[in-house]
Order: sequence, then C-alpha cells, then structure tokens
Amino acid sequence: MKLLITLLSVLSLQVAAGAIKINGAGASFPYPVYSKWISEYGAKNKDVQINYQSIGSGGGIRQLISQTVDFGASDAPMKDKEMKKAAWPVEHIPTVLGAVSVAHNVQGVSAALKLDGSTLANIFLGKITKWNDPAIAALNEGVTLPSTDILVVHRADGSGTTSVFSEYLSKVSSDWDDEVGVGKSLQWPTGIGAKGNEGVTAMIKQTTGTIGYVSLEFALSNNIDTIMLKNKAGKFISPTVESVSAAASHITDFSGDMRVSITDAPGKDAYPISAFTFILLPKTKENPKLTHVKKFLNWALTDGQKGVTALNYAPLPTGLAQAMLDKLKE
Amino acid sequence: MAVKAMKNKTSTFKGINLNPLFSFLGLDKHGPKDFWFVLFMKSVAIFTIASLTLFIVLMVLHSFPAIEEFGLNFITSKKWNPVQDRFGALAFIYGTSLTSFLAVLIAAPLSVGVALFINEICSDKWGKFLSIFVEMIAAIPSIVFGLWALFYLAPFVKDSLAPFLKTYLGFLPIFKGPSFGIGILTASLILAVMIIPTIASISREVFRSVPTIQKEAALALGATRAEMMYMAIFKPSFSGVMGAIVLGLGRALGETMAVAMVIGNSAKISASLFSPGATMASIIANEYAEADSDLHLASMIYIGLILFMITLIVNALSRIIVWNFNRKKGMKK
Repeated sequence: MKLLITLLSVLSLQVAAGAIKINGAGASFPYPVYSKWISEYGAKNKDVQINYQSIGSGGGIRQLISQTVDFGASDAPMKDKEMKKAAWPVEHIPTVLGAVSVAHNVQGVSAALKLDGSTLANIFLGKITKWNDPAIAALNEGVTLPSTDILVVHRADGSGTTSVFSEYLSKVSSDWDDEVGVGKSLQWPTGIGAKGNEGVTAMIKQTTGTIGYVSLEFALSNNIDTIMLKNKAGKFISPTVESVSAAASHITDFSGDMRVSITDAPGKDAYPISAFTFILLPKTKENPKLTHVKKFLNWALTDGQKGVTALNYAPLPTGLAQAMLDKLKE
Repeated sequence: MAVKAMKNKTSTFKGINLNPLFSFLGLDKHGPKDFWFVLFMKSVAIFTIASLTLFIVLMVLHSFPAIEEFGLNFITSKKWNPVQDRFGALAFIYGTSLTSFLAVLIAAPLSVGVALFINEICSDKWGKFLSIFVEMIAAIPSIVFGLWALFYLAPFVKDSLAPFLKTYLGFLPIFKGPSFGIGILTASLILAVMIIPTIASISREVFRSVPTIQKEAALALGATRAEMMYMAIFKPSFSGVMGAIVLGLGRALGETMAVAMVIGNSAKISASLFSPGATMASIIANEYAEADSDLHLASMIYIGLILFMITLIVNALSRIIVWNFNRKKGMKK
C-alpha cells in the first residue's frame, strides 16, 4: 500500500510538473557524475526533466548527428569527419576530468612502483617481459623485484579508457605509435583482454605478476595499487583527483575549440594520462530546449563541480570552468 | 459441401478479387469455419520465414562494405586491426571452432553417462529428481556462468588443472606455455557445462524410445548390465545421440557472454590451450558498441553472417541425422 502511494505521488508529481523533457546520450565514463548532477539539478528545477543514457561515446556522437538527442556526450572529442556530418557546428564543453591509472599486482612489492612512459610502452608492447628487467629496476632503486613473468591485462571491449591510454603511449613511444597506434579497440601485441574496468580489476586482483590499466575513479574506489608515472617535467606522480586537475591547468587560451588533448601534459604536478570528458552542444537556435541545457551546464560548471571529488572524478580548474561559462553565454 | 461453398463464392475486398490470393495461401482447401484459424496459422508460419529472410538480407546489406573490401580473404586473414581498419576473421573462426569442439568432446560422454544413469540405474523417483537438476542448468543465465567461471573456475584451472596437465601431458604442444587461468581451456570447460543439459535431455528421450523388450532380450541372452546398455540402448540410438551432440554444438557456437568473460580476448592463433583466444560471438559483443569506423562495424556484421551460416549448417546437419534415425526406426517397425 505504501509503495502504491509513493508510486502514485511520484506519477502525479511528474504529471503536474508537465516538465520540459531534455534527452542526452553518450559516454558511460562520466555517467555517475551526470546522474548525480541531473538528480540534484532536477530537485531544484522542477520545470526541466533531463534524461541521460550512457550508451557509449560512439553512440552519443552518432545520435547527436542523427538529431535524436538534444545533446551528446563523449570522452574523445569528435573527429573532423564527424563534425562535418553534423547539421550544425558542435561546441565541446568539458565537464569533468578523468584519468587512466596503471594498476599492478607484483608479489612481495608493497612500495608504489615507479615507471616512465617508454618503459610502460615496452611492457605493453611485450618487449619487457620480466618484473626484474633492468629498465624497471633502474626506476625503482631499493625495491626488490621478483623475476616472474609480466602478464599484461587490457580491455577487451572497445573503450574510451583504451583510447586515452593508447594516446598517451603513442606520445611517449614512437614504437607504440608505429606498431599499435591509438583507438578504442586495438590489435594488442601481448596480454589478455578482460571485459570492462571491473573485469580488468578482477584479473589483476586474482593474479600475481599482472599489470593493467583502469579508469581512475575505479582504481580509487576499489583501493588497488597504482603505479607512479613520470610526467613531462620529470616528476613521478600518483594518480589522484588533484594531480589530474593539475593536468588541465596549463591551458590558458580558451578562445578556440576545446578539442584538446591533455595526455602527457606539462606542469610539474600533472598526472600524464588525464583526459577531459565533453558535453557536445549543437550550435543552433532552432532547438529551444538548448537554453535549458545551457542553464543546466551553467549550474554543473559552478555548483555541480563541488560534488565530483566525492565520486573520485577531478573537477575542472577554476579558470577553465569560468571560460566555459563565458562560452555558454554567447 | 462447405468446401464447395467456399470455392464458388468470390471473395472481394474493395472490389479486388481475393480468390487467387486465397488459393495461393491454400485457404480455399478448408471449410469456412476454419478460415480464420487457418489464416492465422499461415500468417504465423509466413512471418517466421519472412523474418529469417529479412534478417539474412539485412545482414548481407550491412556487411556489404566489408564484403566489398575484403571479399573471401576475410575468412583466411587473421589480422584484426581496428586502428588501421584491416580486418580478417580467421582467428575468431579458429577460436569458435576450437572451444566448441573441445566443449563437445568433454560434454558428450558426460551427458550420455548422465542420461543412461537417470534412465537405467536410478529409481524412477530419483531419476525424475535428478533430471530436474540437470535441466535446471539450462535455465541459469550465461552471465552467471561467466562470473562463476571468472572467479572460481579460472583460479582452479590456473592453480590445479594446468599444473596437473603440464606435469603429466606437458610434452604435448597443446599444454605448453604459462597458464593464467583464463584462456581457451577455461572457456571450453564452461561451455561444456552449459551444453550438458541439451545433450543429456535429448539423449534421454532417445534412450527412452528403446523398447523394453529389446533390453530384456539382451539381459536374457546373458549380457551384463553394462553390455546391455551398450548393445541394446546405446548402439541402436547412436545416430539419435549424434543429433543431440550436434544440437549441443550449435548452442556452444553461439554462446557469447560466458565465453567473452574467460577466453582472454586476444585475436591470436596459438596451439596451446592455455593461451588466450577470441570467438566470433565474443568479438562482436566486445567491440560493437564502441566501434566508430564503418568498415569496423561492417566487418563485425560480416562475422555475424559467417557465424550464422555455420550455425545454420550445423543445425541442418543435426536435423538430417535425427530424420535418418527416425526413418530407420520406422522401417524396422
């Protein structure tokens, strides 16, 4: 009976509100943040009802081009070819930052391991196959490394996480760029594929000698050992919410397109495998719903940013958020 | 009388004579009372055929970019590189065939044993009870099988089965190399568990059709129970059991989720059963959602088309075997 009353009251609320329905679809990576934002924003603004479906970045872009949604969302910025397919120019608004952390499970090693870009690339290329390889040992003085085999674990499903990770490896290793390249799905030279962040995490936790990459919020909420990576300034940086935000702080010119990459970013505190996730906003006056989307984004870039650290995502640097607010006013 | 009345009446709809249509559908052969019933049944039948045909047409249409680009080389190339937009299905055809074949190899003797045990050795009461359990395996969702395989079967393979096989059979190339728990062997094992209910329950039906008098005759001639089961039950129903096995094989070929979780998803061909592999169904499940190049999408539909053809052939094969079996039995009577 109680359930029925709640159900009825929820229904009547929705009917009474007669709210404007806004549809968005795209990336699954920022979904926890977006759904939190939508519910908080919805509680304050009863006249708008936002519906976001996490169907994947590729799907978000496709739906935006075919005009079945009011806004799209994607981890990777749209390619020029895709931009041309859309009926109007598309504005990329970064909302939060994510990162890819490298997780490992090495027997007898409790200290945080340190790696640099080219060593990491050689491990994932299958060129370094033992944990006590001189290249790894040189970066980790004082740590006794076992002579066991390295088992590489990668994502089996197509994923924005893979795309960011491979983009970083391509920047720091020309071998990786030649032999593998950048993409959501790759032809992996070595290792085994597990499904989703949870599959990779399970494999790493279960098996000793493994190394793999998972999305930062996943590594933080699951408490797995992550590797400190050498950034462009030469410092070893752990993946944290702060070091990821720092990766975007070198951007000072906000006038152009926001389709920029922040992997291997300069800045001494920047974590090198960081990335934006974007809301894709069509630049058109034909859709009156877009003013509501802009209002929502306005809120998300100000009040909304405060709640994201609790979910282990990194907020935008304040300068960047302010510049985006100015952009939305145009 | 009724038939005559139907035949002589000219049915029209908005002035169009419908009689040729009715006779094409065979509706004029039935009485007026059955008219709507027959119409309904025929439409259902036509709907089934039409949806299958449409399905094939759509698959060919959507895979056309890949067919045009790679042609039949698609089947013989093992390169699968989404970054360079070069695709070939050989590694996946190999993975699907190998895991399904191994699964049948493991599941067939087990299932026949289970069927014989339930039919011949158990008391009726226990037999019914047991058979419910066996058939319940079929009701478990495959994602549950996958999770179980990932968290329990894979560590078992890594820590117990693989070291055992390596110690005693390590000289064989199929048991060489390190085992990380997930790989072809684990995928085959989980597939075997999943197809046991299919093979076992059909085998039971086949065995049940053996006349009691035949079993008693064997016993009367001095056969032991084991000899009776072999001569009087298993041998005459061999082709029926083959049909059951091929149906199980059909299920193994198409299984996606559980396999994708434990096969290791690496598009490579290697002799060792410990190494990771990939199947046709698993690559589609893994990469379809996030594929953004048209050729990549088309190639996956092309793989789907090939998989569809293989399952079609396997199912047709099982039908032919079962039909032959039934016809022979009919002739004996």
